[in-house]
Amino acid sequence: MKKKRNTGLNLTGNHLLLIVTAVCFLLIGVSFFTESSFAPLRFFAGITVVPMEKGLNTIGTWIQDKADNYETLQQVQAENQQLQQKVDELTIENDSLQEDKYEMQRLQELYKLDQSYQDYSKIGAHVISKDSGNWFSQFVIDKGSDDGIAVDMNVIAGNGLVGIVTDVGSNWASVRSIIDDSSNVSAMTLSTSDICLVAGDLTQISEGTIKFSDMENNDNDIKVGETIVTSYVSSKYLSGIVVGYISQIKVDPNNLTRSGLITPAVDFKHIQDVLVITDLKATQNSAD
Amino acid sequence: MESLRKHLILLAVVIVCFFLQCTLLKDIALASVSPNLLIILTSAIGFIGGRREGIFIGFCCGILTDIFSGSTVGLYALIYVYIGYFNGCFRQYFYNEDVKLPLFLIAGSEFLYGLTVYAAFFLLRGKFQFPYYLMHIIIPELVYTVGITLLIYQPLMALIRWLNRMEKRSADKLV
Repeated sequence: MKKKRNTGLNLTGNHLLLIVTAVCFLLIGVSFFTESSFAPLRFFAGITVVPMEKGLNTIGTWIQDKADNYETLQQVQAENQQLQQKVDELTIENDSLQEDKYEMQRLQELYKLDQSYQDYSKIGAHVISKDSGNWFSQFVIDKGSDDGIAVDMNVIAGNGLVGIVTDVGSNWASVRSIIDDSSNVSAMTLSTSDICLVAGDLTQISEGTIKFSDMENNDNDIKVGETIVTSYVSSKYLSGIVVGYISQIKVDPNNLTRSGLITPAVDFKHIQDVLVITDLKATQNSAD
Repeated sequence: MESLRKHLILLAVVIVCFFLQCTLLKDIALASVSPNLLIILTSAIGFIGGRREGIFIGFCCGILTDIFSGSTVGLYALIYVYIGYFNGCFRQYFYNEDVKLPLFLIAGSEFLYGLTVYAAFFLLRGKFQFPYYLMHIIIPELVYTVGITLLIYQPLMALIRWLNRMEKRSADKLV
């Protein structure tokens, strides 16, 4: 006769459900009130999923390199010629830009701007995975606390703001991008310094825009194409980082504020490499 | 301890599926929607293995999703656990050659998942454009997930049945 295996505790499915529900609520409560996720969980994630993602990223990069090497010599030579021409054009452009730069520095001093974000110390990182669902725009980078990354550090790509670090493991960090539905950035116009609130929205992602609101409806003429940068009053974002360009602006029905849409400076569909600014806004403020 | 070995293998399968969902499946996204492999896994293991298996696999999937989501830990776990449990309740109606019921269950689980994620993460923040989310996120993800299920159905069922057989065979050996 077959002996029935005694599992010892003899839990039925329903008992187990109640216990696990209680555990989940406990986890929600603890993580909600302590504003952090658990170190053992982060460690577990860091030794299981993250190495696989990094490995895939390495393989993908290697394959990409090998494919690139197969360009023919003629292609490379033609490209070289084009590039030489471009270099000559750019040298001329650069000279006139240098003049603009000196004027900008003078004006910055006039407005008492402390730093442009070119002066911040930065760490490069690769994007190794995206968010697992379709509701949020978060991604994971391959640097973590071992490399000096901490929560609330700003993340930028070549042209502008990408997002902010939300969670850190020893060899990974998760970043919430500014187009994410729960993201809010305090920003201002570059020319007139009018403060506004920039919020990501899931309904706008397919059109490639983000919303801004609460911009004062004063006499300043703000047009489409105006550059929007992070403002001084943001508690988490360093000031002066380019967010995007206004693509639509209108006055609200209350006649007191303006709102509209911004096209982000960064192409979020094709992010692969980012820079993490290791200066934190909080430490900056306290240092002053 | 064959039960422990089986659960460890299931955990490894969850980790691999999560890794695939975050990387390769994002590259094959249509209309910026990618399929939800974890729901397929939770649902399938739920209605083959029963309530307890469903709860276990749901908890693993949910916790892994929570770790990388950057927000409070435990919310996704709760959603996946209940989906695993509800699928487990259907175990008595399942037989091996059936395709319709599993497909229906996976589609139902995916729809329920979409609704609860909307309710927990969006409704509570005052985003009321439910028709938009329904038409652009929930339904496309449902269709894509069911499509992927049809592709991987045979290997997935084979894997789960192999795991169950492995546990049963060792249980018989103890007699």
